[in-house]
Amino acid sequence: MQAFSYVPARTISEAAEILAREGDQAKCLSGGTDLIVFLREGRRSAKVVVDVKGIPELNQLSYSPKEGLTIGAAVPCHRIYNNAQIAAAYPGLIDAVTLIGGTAIQGRATLGGNVCTASPAGDSIPVLIAYEATCIVASRSVTKAIPLEKFFLGPGRTVLQPSELLVALKLPPPRPGTGAAYLRFIPRNEMDIAVTSAGVAVVLDESKTHFVGARIALGAVAPTPLFVPEAGAALAGRPVSDEAIEAAAQAARAAARPITDMRGSAEQRKHLSYVLTRRALWKAVERAKSA
Amino acid sequence: MSNKVLVTATINDEEMSFVCEPRQSLLEVLRDVLNLTGVKEGCNNGNCGACAVILNGVLVNSCLVLGVEINGATVTTIEGITPKEGLHPLQQKFLEDAALQCGICTPGFIVAAKALLDKNPNPTEHEVRYWLAGNLCRCTGYDKIVRAVLDAAEVMRAEKQPV
Repeated sequence: MQAFSYVPARTISEAAEILAREGDQAKCLSGGTDLIVFLREGRRSAKVVVDVKGIPELNQLSYSPKEGLTIGAAVPCHRIYNNAQIAAAYPGLIDAVTLIGGTAIQGRATLGGNVCTASPAGDSIPVLIAYEATCIVASRSVTKAIPLEKFFLGPGRTVLQPSELLVALKLPPPRPGTGAAYLRFIPRNEMDIAVTSAGVAVVLDESKTHFVGARIALGAVAPTPLFVPEAGAALAGRPVSDEAIEAAAQAARAAARPITDMRGSAEQRKHLSYVLTRRALWKAVERAKSA
Repeated sequence: MSNKVLVTATINDEEMSFVCEPRQSLLEVLRDVLNLTGVKEGCNNGNCGACAVILNGVLVNSCLVLGVEINGATVTTIEGITPKEGLHPLQQKFLEDAALQCGICTPGFIVAAKALLDKNPNPTEHEVRYWLAGNLCRCTGYDKIVRAVLDAAEVMRAEKQPV
């Protein structure tokens, strides 16, 4: 592997100083399950690797029904799914964090890293968008909040400047009547990259017979994770029914603009966008009803 | 360019200090610096699990950790699971149940299975298969490995019973 120096940062300002000084030759290390592979394979270069796991804000994992969920950018997946309160409040997120890699990857990989790697197929991203996640980004001088669906520019590219680091993801508290789900299609049962995926969150009315609203996002069907507001809009105000869910799934299929590659054809991915959206919506509805 | 760093960690219940370069993975450090060659290199990119170790109680792939990241941490490798005399029940059952052929994946499977049984002494077959999904074996077809883990779990539960 290429040589670099290693700095275990203790504060956001210490990390931000190094990023400001070294620009894109400094890389933030959290779980390392992407970065170490990228450095080893020469897909990224670094003079300085800044380990951000020791920064308290990036290690924070907290939930309250009032404040919602804060996931520090360096919190590994296993801490999320081993937290019973979070698992109960955000089951759609648990769908995602339990299928990212295998057990040893989940012991290390972080959602902050998944977001910053910015793969169109990143497994945590569609459902985080559905849950209205916001990215908290810091530099030496400024801290700002960016809606997750506005974070991505293309494969591996985000709005994050070289002088900025992702501190945390914030999810609002689930509104009453919320249900969410994440589904991924892969050719085997575990340990693979999504051919297509769908993350959805629905809000049902008090009688649980009508949709108040919904947010739907797709993975691996565009250069970035794809938020599809028109698919959610197809559900708002309508009764919970095959017809409404069919309309949303068709909107998802229409929005998908996939390519053909080694994992699947564009045609298959279009079809999967429809099927996975429909199935994820029914699963989310079931969860909303039983919550 | 030499920018070696001093690292101190508890490895297999023993406090150890070593120097390594930041670019060296924990896998390289364990094998090449500390001579703990039980940990194996398979794919070196996090897909195969042959290099699995337990880091601060959590199962990880040592090829995806830098050696410098373990400063102050606790690491258990296959050498730390093996008793001073004889074999660990997992090792014994892997032998008895013929759960290995070439053996390269075996330390990773045993370390991963140990991490599972520490957390869940009585897993179902499904739980064992799901937990071990990140460990690849190209020889056995997995059934014997899963059987060995379930058999070892039974032995370990019996050992814990008060007589």
